Parts: sequence; C-alpha cells; structure tokens
Amino acid sequence: MDIVFITISKYIITFIMALYAFACFNIFRHKTEHERKYIYFRQNIYMIIIYSLSFMVLVIKYKDVKYLIFYCVSLASLITIIVLTRIIYKRANKLITNNMCMLLSVGFIIISRLSFEKAVRQYLIVMLSVIVTSFIPYIITKGPFFSKLKWTYAILGLVALACVLIFSVATNGAKISFTILGVTFQPSEIVKLLFVFAIASFFAKAEGIKDLIVITIISALHVLILVISKDLGGAVILFIVYLCVMYVATCNVLYLTSGLIICSIGSIIGYKLFSHVRVRVNAFIDPFDCIDNAGYQIAQSLFAICSGGLFGMGLSEGMPKTIPVVAADFIYSAISEEFGTIFSACTILICISCFVMFMNIAMKFDNHFYKYVAVGLGILYIFQVFLTVGGVTKFIPLTGVTLPLVSYGGTSVLVTVIMFSIIQGLYIGRE
Amino acid sequence: MNIFNKIANKIHIEQDKSGNRQIVQLTYFFTLLFLVLVAYVFIVVYRDSDEIINNSYNKRESLYAAKTVRGSITTDNGEILAYTDVSGGNERRVYPYGRLFAHSVGYNTKGKAGIESIANFRLLNSNILFTERIYNDLNGNKNPGDSVVTSLNLKAQYAAYEALGNRKGAVVLMDANNGYILAMVSKPDFDPNEIDYIWDEITNQEENSILLNRATQGLYPPGSTFKILTALEYIKENKNIDNYEFECKGSFEYRGTRINCFHGTAHGDIDFDKSFAKSCNSSFANITTKLSKESFKNTCEELLFNEEMPSPLLINKRSSFNVKESFVPINSKSSVDELMQTGIGQGRTEVTPYHMCLMSAAIANEGVLMNPIIVKEIETAYGDHIESCSVRPYKRLLSYDDSVKVKELMREVVTDGTGTALNNGNGYIAYGKTGSAEFSSNKSESHAWFTGFAEGDNGSKVAISVIVEGGGSGGQVAGPVAKAVFDAYYN
Repeated sequence: MDIVFITISKYIITFIMALYAFACFNIFRHKTEHERKYIYFRQNIYMIIIYSLSFMVLVIKYKDVKYLIFYCVSLASLITIIVLTRIIYKRANKLITNNMCMLLSVGFIIISRLSFEKAVRQYLIVMLSVIVTSFIPYIITKGPFFSKLKWTYAILGLVALACVLIFSVATNGAKISFTILGVTFQPSEIVKLLFVFAIASFFAKAEGIKDLIVITIISALHVLILVISKDLGGAVILFIVYLCVMYVATCNVLYLTSGLIICSIGSIIGYKLFSHVRVRVNAFIDPFDCIDNAGYQIAQSLFAICSGGLFGMGLSEGMPKTIPVVAADFIYSAISEEFGTIFSACTILICISCFVMFMNIAMKFDNHFYKYVAVGLGILYIFQVFLTVGGVTKFIPLTGVTLPLVSYGGTSVLVTVIMFSIIQGLYIGRE
Repeated sequence: MNIFNKIANKIHIEQDKSGNRQIVQLTYFFTLLFLVLVAYVFIVVYRDSDEIINNSYNKRESLYAAKTVRGSITTDNGEILAYTDVSGGNERRVYPYGRLFAHSVGYNTKGKAGIESIANFRLLNSNILFTERIYNDLNGNKNPGDSVVTSLNLKAQYAAYEALGNRKGAVVLMDANNGYILAMVSKPDFDPNEIDYIWDEITNQEENSILLNRATQGLYPPGSTFKILTALEYIKENKNIDNYEFECKGSFEYRGTRINCFHGTAHGDIDFDKSFAKSCNSSFANITTKLSKESFKNTCEELLFNEEMPSPLLINKRSSFNVKESFVPINSKSSVDELMQTGIGQGRTEVTPYHMCLMSAAIANEGVLMNPIIVKEIETAYGDHIESCSVRPYKRLLSYDDSVKVKELMREVVTDGTGTALNNGNGYIAYGKTGSAEFSSNKSESHAWFTGFAEGDNGSKVAISVIVEGGGSGGQVAGPVAKAVFDAYYN
C-alpha cells in the first residue's frame, strides 16, 4: 500500500511541479499585477500540494512523527514568509518571493529525506537568514550611500579573502571555511556579494580607461586569491560576473570577447599548472575510467540521475546517499534520482525565471549603480546554478558549487537570501 | 603615443548608453545555455542511462531487483540459457542447460560471474513501453527485465563440452569475421542451478578451481603453439624462408642450452615448413637463436602479449569479462637459454586459451582481429530491439602478407604434420598448430594444445583454441576435440 501511494504521489508531484514551472513564465505574458494575482496564488497552492504530498510520503515511509512536526512548522513558516512579505512590502515582487519559497521547500524535502538533523539545521539557518535580511529591502530603498562605498567593498572583500587564505584550513581540498559556534562559514560566499557591490559602484562612477584598469586590477586580485586558495568555482564565478557587468557598463563587445579569450588562456594555464585542475578535468572527460578515485563522485551522481529516469524512483525509494556530499554539492542528483529528471528540470526553470526577473528589474533602472548591482547579482546567481547543475551532470567539469537555496549549507543559504532581499529592495524602491 | 590615444578614444566608456540591449543579450545567452544543459540531461537520461547504470560501482542492485524481474539470457536462435521463474510467488533463477554454459553464462547468487555479471544491470532494467511501466508501478507489479541475446552457439558449445568430457581444460570458439564468441567451455564445471547448495563444496576443492573460467583466466605455458609467433618473426626478418635447412638429430645444443624434440624424435633433414608442420623443437631452437630480440619482443606485443587483452564486451564499454593478460619474457636483456626456451613455447611464457583463439582469429581474418563480442543484442522482454553491439575491427595484429604465409604453414600442420586429426573435414578446411606444453619437472606430463581455424565452404571462418590439462600430445588429444567442434558447427 505504501509503495502504491509513493508511486501515485510521484506522478502527481511531477505534474504539479510542471504546472508551477509553467506559471513562472506565464507571469511574463501578463502585464498588470491584477492579472498576475491569480497566477501567484496558484503557485502558492502548487507549492503547498507538493510539500504536503512529499512529507506524507516521508511520514508513511519512516513512520516517525518528527517529520510531521517538521512539516507543520516549516510549512507554516514558509506561508508566513509569503504573507508577511506581502503585508510589509506591498510593492514587493511576488514571483521572487514565491520562487524563493518553492526552492527552499524543495531543499527542505530532499534534505529531510537525506538527514533529518541537517534539515532542522537548514530550517533554523533559513529562518535566521530571513529574519536578519527582512529589513534589507527597507535599507536599500533608503540608502543612497551604498553607491559611495566602492573602496570599502573592495578592501573588505580582499582582506577577507586574504585572511581566509592565510588562516583557514582547507576542507575537501578546495573549499575554504572556518567554524564559529558550530556553524561553518565560507567567507568567499559573502565576498561574492561584496564583489558585486564593489564593481557596480566602480563602474557607476567610471569615466575612462583609467577607471577600467583599476576595476580590472581589483577583480583580478579577487580572482587570483581564490585561485591560490584552490576555490576555482568561486574564481570563475567572480570573473564571469566581472565580464558581464563590464559588458553592460561599457556596451563594448570587444571587452567581452577579449575577456573570454583571457578566460580560456587562464583555464589552459590553470590546467597545466595545477594538478587538482587536471584531476577534475580528467574526471569530467571519463569519470568511469578513474572511478576508484577522482571519478567516483561524478559516476555516483550519474548513477543516481540515470536511475531516476524521467519520473524518479519515488521519494525515499532511491539511494542518493551513495553520492558523497549529496546534501550540498550533489543535491541536484538526489532530486533527479527520487523525483525524476522532469522535476529537476522544472527546478532549473524556476531558477531561470528568477534570473529573468532579476534582469528585468535591472533594465528598469536609470541609476547605473542599481542597474549594475541587479545585473551582477543575477549573473552571480544563475552562473552558480549553471556550475553546480552542469558539474553533477557531467556537462562541464565539477567545481564543487552548491545549488542556491536548495543545497544544504549555512553560508550559501544566507548569502542567497540576502541576494534575493537586495533585489526585492531594488524592486520596491523603483520609480 | 598617437596610437595609444586612438585606442584610448575607442575604448572610452560610454555612460550615455543604457546597456539594456546588453542585458537582454545576456539574458538570452544564459537562458539558451540552460536550454542546452536541460536538453543534454534529457538525452543522457533517455539514451545513455542503461549503459551508465550497468556498472559494478552502482550500488542500486537491490532497488532495481525490487522493481524488475531479472530478464532472460538467450542464444541468437532463441534457446533460453537463463530465465527467472516467478511461478509459486518466489523468484528463482533457472538455467535450462545446467552445466553446459556454467562459466560463460555464469551465475547470479553467491556473487556473480559470466554474462550474469557483465550484463547485471541490463537484465534488471526494463525498457517495455512507458505506459505499461506506469501501469505496473501503480498496480504494484514488477516490470519484466530486458533480455540479453548472446552470440553463443548451442551446437558448438555442446560439441566442445562433450569432446572435453571429464578432462580438465577449456575450449574457445570465435567467428573470425565478426568477433562473435560461439563457444566458451571450461572444465571442471558445476551446475549453476545448484550453486547455493554446492557452493561450500566446490569452493573447498582448491586444487580443481571449479569456479575459475579457464578459457579467459587460465594461464598456461603455450608449448609448441607458440611456434606460430616464432615462425612469424622469422618470416618477418627473412624474405626467403624457402632457403632454410636444418638437420634434426632429436636435440639441439647452443651455448650450453640443450633443447630436445618431443619424445626425442629425430626429424632428419627438414626445411622451414616441415619444421613447423612436424613441430620440431630442435629446428625452432635453432631459428630462435637467429632472431632479433627487440623485434621478436615487438612482434609478441603486437599479438597482444604483455598488454591488456580485448575483453568480450557487452554493448557497454565498461563491463567486460575478467580476462587475464598473457606474458612473454622476451626483452633485449633475455639470455640465450631463456630465448630458446621461449621460442619453442616452454619457459616462463603464459597464455590464456582465449588469447590463443584471438591470435588464430586474426590469422584467419587476413591479420585483423575483430572486437570480441559475447553479447550481441539487448531486447525488451517482448523481443523488441533496443541495442546491438556493433561489429568492428579491434586491431591489425599482423600484415596481410604475413598472415597468408602463416596460414600456409598452419595448413601443412593439418595435411602433413602433427594435426592430421583435422584433415578431411566435411564442409570445411582446417588450419592449426598443435602443442604439448610441459608444465612440471616430470617430462612425461604435458598439456595438450590445439589452436587454429576452419574455413567453411560458405566463406565463414571460425577460430578455435583447445587445451586439455595434462592431456599429453596436442595432436592426438586436443586436435580431435577441435575437429568435433568444427564438425558440429559445420553440419
């Protein structure tokens, strides 16, 4: 009987997820908020159905009341976030709020299934982040001084990265972190935000070639420190953000192409210079050839994705725990295994819809600083999604990046919630 | 200075432009990038997933087994070699031919072996119609797993099995034109239907190594069959082999090493062809002393010694039979003694029957070895085609000209040498080389070898290797086994 319920719910969940993803883009066809209102409401209903069905499966499967309690508390919290945002910030963008909650709920479901303790910790971090960041939209709308702190951002970011480089202990070979009160922080995650603000404020005031050189040097320093810290994912993300913001600011294709050429040359040098880069690339080219060591993670990830097929094995019916660090870097594979590739592709679509909304908001601004911040955050977000999904599916070499809002991980969630709040702030403060 | 100014003017930052066009471009670019990524993921899941999950590192066997009834293993003609019996509520793996395919088809409990092992996840995967799978899921029924169609030939397998009888040994038969393995027998054997009950008993008999597939994992001294390589090397180094002459007095001595002919037979005045046909050790020891070590080593390596053996593959490139590498001790530092022993197939050289068969197959197929195949095709439980293993050359092992000359030598073995047991084949012409490999200090004990091939009247070419452990003379013991298999295959 259990298995029949799990099977039926798996098809229903896939179907509703597809409806949700469709709604994410259907929004853009409607121009007035009045028309959009019903779509937003339907999205909330879809989310509640998916969340409820999934937790029913977990309760039935594991026969433990703690899942039921967690379900009630977390769902209530998610609904509260949606409702309170509407009440406090009347002008807030509801698609962004909905999508944020949808991605969080997908994360809660899959993390609960993987490890209940981690789910509780993730929930607490999310709540803390949401409460702390709830005033960010207000500050952003009131604070014109944000555009004047360009050197502060740059120096803070560089100092933070340098400190980490000097004092930190390397975990998993590439990720740099330190632990305070049991919560692991990755300063490089927070530096990503500072970096976006730094280059946005520099570009907003830039007038000539001299400014461009200064910005380039600052960006290069960031990237260089990250490369030395072996955080290649972070280095590539910052470089791409720099390139894209520069492209928008200068409107010059020449810069973009020359930047891409430098990027390719840099990757070749990195491949020749660093053995850990070669290991990653070889594991990407043929993970099954080195399945005993470097290719193990990707091979296990591919087993999970392929076992899932289109509709998944059913929640709690797969074996995603065979993948190392599944709750963080490989959460996409776990989702694909249990919910299927259609569902996980819909998750990507939700991310894209957030990105499109970010860029839409960026276009509405005449103020250069705000425009560049929105573009920078949008690229920062979507490129991170690309690196993680591409990496675990063997589309590109693995870089060890988390899926924002879905993956388990303190700093990643905090930073992404801050990012979404800033965008909300920009949107609310629009003319 | 002028140029610098020009460039500086050109790359002036244009604050007046809004940059919105650029934002739209970036949005389109990243959206497109993700569409490609999503399409890629769907293609992987749809097209490559069967191949990817069929890997021994995949730990999901119990999950798949809970949802799928393990599929059947059949021959090309539809004879069922293994299936899962679900009558009576319990699943039971049945091998209708019992001992006949014990090592090639393998077993599925107490670990895995043979095709059951290499095709494990393919058998536990169901490619029946999508809607039917959903229907089965919802009704709590298991889906029928895919079937594996092997290249094995029942007639040939049975003939090889019967011809070996109660003797220890192995037979491998392969279609030289396309690489299909037609028969693979290893003795002593066991009944895979009984594996759970007899497991302790057969694993305790260490001296018999019943579970070992001798065809692919048994390493034996090659004996006189190695003279194929010595002869090939001599042909390569000497344009005119017809000038070769030797007077055999039953033994040959060179720099303190003495080589005896089998049973001390003196062959008298013989030329190159006769040396090969009569398998004259003295003459071949003499030939070996004239060869270049470096070149001989290269020739051996071109014929797959000291390197990874092409394994009979499943469609999946990852999953293959466990095949042992063959070894030959020749290098530029080899002593004369080592070289002479190696040249007649004694000494430290080790080879698997499977490797022997591949070499004969290459000679039969004008020098080109085809990629060995044991799983031809994967079908759904209802017989709908899913995937075939493509026939393709593995590598050229020797030149066309050399293959023709070696073939002539191997023909004379059958017409006028040690392999006359295979002469007068009905419907085919046989070629080969016999061997009697001494494996202990007691000179009277030797493994009986035969390797060669048959050309059918219909143009088919099948290569064979036979070893009978402790069987004695290759020509008298292994040759008739090969003949029995050829006769069965061609009639």
